[in-house]
Amino acid sequence: MIPPAAFVILAALLFILGIIAFFVKKDLLTQFMAVEVMLNAGNLAFLALAKALGKADGQMVVLFVITVAAAEAVIGLAIIVLVFRQRRSIRTDDLKDLRG
Amino acid sequence: MALVIFVILSVLCAGAVVAMIISRNQAHNALFLVLAFSSLGGIFGLLNAPFAAVVQVLVYAGAIMVLFLFAIMMFNLRQPAPPERKRLRAFLGTGLALILLAQLILAGRRALAGVGAAAASSGGDIAHLGRLLFSDYLYAFEITSLLILAALVGALALAGKKEGE
Amino acid sequence: MGMAGLFWLVPLVPGASAFVLLLFGRRLSRRWVAWQASAAVFFSFVLTTAAFAHLGAAGGAGLSKTLLKWIVSGSVEAWISFTFDELTAVMALVVTGVGFLIHVYSTAYMAEDRAYSRYFAFLNLFTFFMLVLVMASDIVLMFVGWEGVGLCSYLLIGFWFDRPAAAKAGMKAFIVNRIGDAAFIIGILFLLANVGSSSLAAINAAPASGLLGPGLVTLVAILLFVGATGKSAQVPLYVWLPDAMEGPTPVSALIHAATMVTAGVYMVCRLNGLFAASVTASTVVAWVGAITAVFAATMALVQNDIKRVLAYSTISQIGYMFIGCGVGAYAAGMFHLVTHAFFKSLLFLAAGSVIHALGGIQDMRQMGGLRKRLPVTFPVFLVGALAISGIPFLSGFFSKDAILTSAFAGGHYVIYGLGLAGAVMTAFYMFRLIYLTFYGEEKAPLTPGYPVHESPWAMTVPLVILAVFSALAGFIGLPVLFGRRADVFGRFLEGILGPAAHHLAHSTEAALILAATISALAGLGLAFLFYRRSPDTPARLAHRFPGAYRLLLGKYYIDEAYDAAVVRPLVGGAGWVYEHFDLKVIDGTLNGAAAAAGLAGKGLNILQSGLVRDYALAFLMGAILFLGFLLL
Repeated sequence: MIPPAAFVILAALLFILGIIAFFVKKDLLTQFMAVEVMLNAGNLAFLALAKALGKADGQMVVLFVITVAAAEAVIGLAIIVLVFRQRRSIRTDDLKDLRG
Repeated sequence: MALVIFVILSVLCAGAVVAMIISRNQAHNALFLVLAFSSLGGIFGLLNAPFAAVVQVLVYAGAIMVLFLFAIMMFNLRQPAPPERKRLRAFLGTGLALILLAQLILAGRRALAGVGAAAASSGGDIAHLGRLLFSDYLYAFEITSLLILAALVGALALAGKKEGE
Repeated sequence: MGMAGLFWLVPLVPGASAFVLLLFGRRLSRRWVAWQASAAVFFSFVLTTAAFAHLGAAGGAGLSKTLLKWIVSGSVEAWISFTFDELTAVMALVVTGVGFLIHVYSTAYMAEDRAYSRYFAFLNLFTFFMLVLVMASDIVLMFVGWEGVGLCSYLLIGFWFDRPAAAKAGMKAFIVNRIGDAAFIIGILFLLANVGSSSLAAINAAPASGLLGPGLVTLVAILLFVGATGKSAQVPLYVWLPDAMEGPTPVSALIHAATMVTAGVYMVCRLNGLFAASVTASTVVAWVGAITAVFAATMALVQNDIKRVLAYSTISQIGYMFIGCGVGAYAAGMFHLVTHAFFKSLLFLAAGSVIHALGGIQDMRQMGGLRKRLPVTFPVFLVGALAISGIPFLSGFFSKDAILTSAFAGGHYVIYGLGLAGAVMTAFYMFRLIYLTFYGEEKAPLTPGYPVHESPWAMTVPLVILAVFSALAGFIGLPVLFGRRADVFGRFLEGILGPAAHHLAHSTEAALILAATISALAGLGLAFLFYRRSPDTPARLAHRFPGAYRLLLGKYYIDEAYDAAVVRPLVGGAGWVYEHFDLKVIDGTLNGAAAAAGLAGKGLNILQSGLVRDYALAFLMGAILFLGFLLL
């Protein structure tokens, strides 16, 4: 039997890898992908604990998370497309309008 | 047996993410993530969550990442971004992330503290999930459908071509 | 008791009028302002008279009214409470009566001034404070009035504040007064600490009841008297009064002749319990008065500005009042205060009439022969001059004689001699003024379109009224020669000021009266000699004794001495403090705080790089901290 702790550790690891990916990458699109990784890591954690605690609620949450992530990805990409149309660049460092 | 599969899948998943971090090509990144999400779907299966596993592969790996690939194709950026002069933020982010890792592991350990290794896995039954969906989680279900509609309309409004364009 | 019971409204009505005028004066018509201001003072005068009548009626007791407990601090209490006894009655009648006449006079004198309402607001305000001063039954409240009249004096001296000389004069008056007031405050503090009460009655009783030891009594009395020298322009704090002539002439008449400058005399009389208990203090008072009387008179001998002569004359006459107080004849001092109020304000107002008629000329060397052109002003001026010189049967004669007789009777022969010398000089300089102004050839330029003319009735009627009083007021205080009952004034004030102190043989008294008369006539005669008979005499004397002449004309260079010894070091010191403390420390701290805020802002600005990754780092750090907090 696989100890539930393993899954949780894996989830944590994936989460951290997602964070690192976010900071290492410089373009908006890839950073967005890193966010998706983080979301998945969260899902894994939910499921692991759902199994460990014997409730099905964790699985419900995962379902909803995936759904919402899909919607979010759609909107996020639409925004990125708009930004690209405006600036011809999706390098995050170029989007400094909030500076000051 | 399950342990072996687990190890293989987890290495695959983590390795794919690491590869995604290292690679500079955006399409490669997306494909690595497809791999990562698929293996994750497998791991979901190991967790007695077949429904979640299927949905993961269908939606995440199949739809969302494809969407990303379309976007990448649209942007058509061939040249990789030039290396940064100061990689301060990356190092800082990495360092902090490691700290967070430690914290998360600690938190996870605590969460699992009082739980026995083999708990009743009553959850995986689809029928049971369906019943839950339409009883306890009915509101969430309905609102999520609204959310999807909003996303659809929003995406069209944002990125759709204007009339006459 | 009827109307008299409302006596405490006497100060408040002019005060309310002042308040209204200060707030709304600009929007009111001149006629309204004139009527309101004068009516307020007239109302107070009527009420004062009613209260006075109440006192005078058989069995009328002193009135008092407590308004509220004002300061409570530890064991010290101060009350806002008014009292109305005989002494207050005398002062209040003078303030409201003469004040009213001067208000009426001002309506015409200031008619062309731009700041009409401001003038009357200040004049009413002054009346309010002066009445508070004389009606207070609490020394702290009296001090409020004391300070208040000082403030109004400053405001009115510097009324034409765009004239640098006037502004400086106002400041000088206020600052010199302040020095006196500092001593006054220290005196009050001693009193509060030892007597435990701020009521004047308690203070007066303190030496007798033993609350104040003899040393302390002397100290306090002298401190309070120093305050009086400031307010009443005695040596050494008199220097502000001649400069105060920069203010409008009615102001000089009211404040610097009849009322404010006599506040010191009132205070000494009111606190006679203290002064009578300390021979040292009384001696100081008498000597300061005597020295001032002579000192100021010498300076008046050579002044060329008509108002300055009167200013030095005022300083000198107040010296006489203090002589009276110092030798124990408080009633005599008050008597001279009253008569002086009449004839000095008359003289000032008449001088104002002259200046007004000449279109602003104040230098007597440019005047002359005006007695034909000013048919009302000249006679009243003459009456005033005769009164102040002590010519027999006019008011000044009786009051001055009362003082000198008391001095002689008390054995203060030197002081008596000084007083007599002063009397000669008084007559001399007053008639010098008369001759230079009203006799001789006309020198005033007769500019076309501004003929030399007599003043309007609003100015001449008060002059006449004051002249009548100056002439006749003396008869309320006849010398003992005519019997004890003849001294109505003295007997009226006996309850408060004690009985007249001297018992001289009638023959001595007659001799003294004769001496006084002779000195007055001598002064007059000398003036006649110098300025009518042989008008080149003064010039020849000035030529023979140039040093003495310049010394007198330069006011003994006291102002310059003060300037060098006191003013310059203070200003220099203040400048030094400004440079090294104000600019560097205080401004440095403020600027430093501002700079620090700016730096902090710039520092925080780094966080707002606009880069998404930086914000993500912040998220991450926040998450770590939060989780850490939860885990701990």
